Amino acid sequence: MTEAPARLVAVPVRHYGRWISAVLVLTALAAVVYAFSRAAIDYGTTRRFLTADVIVSGAWHTLLISVLAQAMGIALGVVFAVMRLSKNPVNTSVSWFYIWLFRGTPVLVQLLIWYNLALVFPTMFGHPTSDVMTPFLAALLGLGINEGAYMAEIVRAGIGSVDDGQTEAAHSLGLTPGQTLRRVVLPQAMRVIIPPTGNEFINMLKTSSLAFTIQYAELLNGAVRVYTNNLQVIELLFTVSIWYLLLTSVFSFGQYFLERRFARGAQRELPATPLSRLVANLRTRPRA
Amino acid sequence: MSTPMVLAEQVHKSFGRLEVLKGIDLEVQRGEVMCLLGPSGSGKSTFLRCINHLEKIDAGRLSVDGHLVGYREAHGKLHELKEKETAKARSEIGMVFQRFNLFPHMTALGNVVEAPVLVCRKSRAEAEEAARTLLDRVGLADKVDAYPAQLSGGQQQRVAIARALAMEPKLMLFDEPTSALDPELVGDVLDVMRGLANEHQITMIVVTHEIGFAREVADTVVFMDGGVVVEAGEPEQVLTRPREERTRSFLGKVL
Repeated sequence: MTEAPARLVAVPVRHYGRWISAVLVLTALAAVVYAFSRAAIDYGTTRRFLTADVIVSGAWHTLLISVLAQAMGIALGVVFAVMRLSKNPVNTSVSWFYIWLFRGTPVLVQLLIWYNLALVFPTMFGHPTSDVMTPFLAALLGLGINEGAYMAEIVRAGIGSVDDGQTEAAHSLGLTPGQTLRRVVLPQAMRVIIPPTGNEFINMLKTSSLAFTIQYAELLNGAVRVYTNNLQVIELLFTVSIWYLLLTSVFSFGQYFLERRFARGAQRELPATPLSRLVANLRTRPRA
Repeated sequence: MSTPMVLAEQVHKSFGRLEVLKGIDLEVQRGEVMCLLGPSGSGKSTFLRCINHLEKIDAGRLSVDGHLVGYREAHGKLHELKEKETAKARSEIGMVFQRFNLFPHMTALGNVVEAPVLVCRKSRAEAEEAARTLLDRVGLADKVDAYPAQLSGGQQQRVAIARALAMEPKLMLFDEPTSALDPELVGDVLDVMRGLANEHQITMIVVTHEIGFAREVADTVVFMDGGVVVEAGEPEQVLTRPREERTRSFLGKVL
């Protein structure tokens, strides 16, 4: 029987820099917190309006318009990415023009144009344009079509990441280009498409606040309506900030696990979750 | 005499300025097994890919079972085939790749079932039954539910062969099917191919470096170099008593 080898004993490297920087960061943080605690802010108002009807319904509208605009963006993105990669020169030109136009102009300007369409087209399909182009529809079109241009580039990158051999194998079996795309290429492109799409959605939650300018009753619009009455501007902006942080945190968390799921098969071992990393860190902390 | 399965007349192909095929004349009869040998860059894989129109030829004529590859001839003019017609033509030709190219998001069974269901409009149940028989034939009855990543290279390549056979092709093309395999896995794949040639009399064109396999299974061995056919004939003649010096020096290096 052999004896177990003696465990190595070594003095760990001391990281003095980490301690110094931690103290500096904490000092700066304390200074900021102190300044805001002394500022003329009524935090009671911030807290009270968190659950006010106008703010909660604003949060609901923010979520609604973000989900719908993102869904529209994904659908448009797939269509225009496929058109961009097609052999048909009409398709590639149309797709190029779409991406060029909507990625090249600010989304705020696009929202204002949709909303003010009545100025140049007084009627649409026999109805007054101002009745058709509600703030909701203008926000959906403005945000969704703009998003489609970005999603088109993401989907294009995803399709490009799939090995050419996959297309050749599908073609050699007699699959048409359409069948190859739907059954072979797009499912494999998903792994590359999903992470940036999650990013885009989290951006969308925040970008949708631009729709406050066209009277769409989302979060920021609610806050503006309240503070133009009670003049507690910063208090209400803090209220909506808390709501935005809440929404983005929930979806960042969801995205994290979605990505882990789609990494399966591509990585041998899944990366550690932040929690398991923290636990591991605490366990192996060297004894001083 | 019946029409040959594959007929190539003065086939030329260039990639940019590089001329890869410089006038290939070949004939493959029904039920014949032809092995293409030659150094890398000799154009043998490109020729194989031209046969199911993964590459377009620049000059010459190439036909499979009496039909031009990629074109229709009417009133003395060539007309390009539509995508659907090309797909139909390809569905009758099986191809096995060096890198397997299995669909990684489908199980072994899913890989084999896909084309019969999508292209031949078979019912899923019927296609699955046929697929199980095929996977059993290539020795993978116990791996039907495995994903490609869970299979060894040799097993993946046998699934790829089953996937091609599921379309009941009249011609099978093998593009260096064992070149990416560990040496001890090559035998299983060659056994399956030997079975196809001997028991099922499938017409096969095999690009390979397995001289032993060519000697034993091929009806015709073709030696290519620099985009031309250097010599072709029965395996015994080409491999044992080559007429050309280039064939001799190549065989001297690989044997």
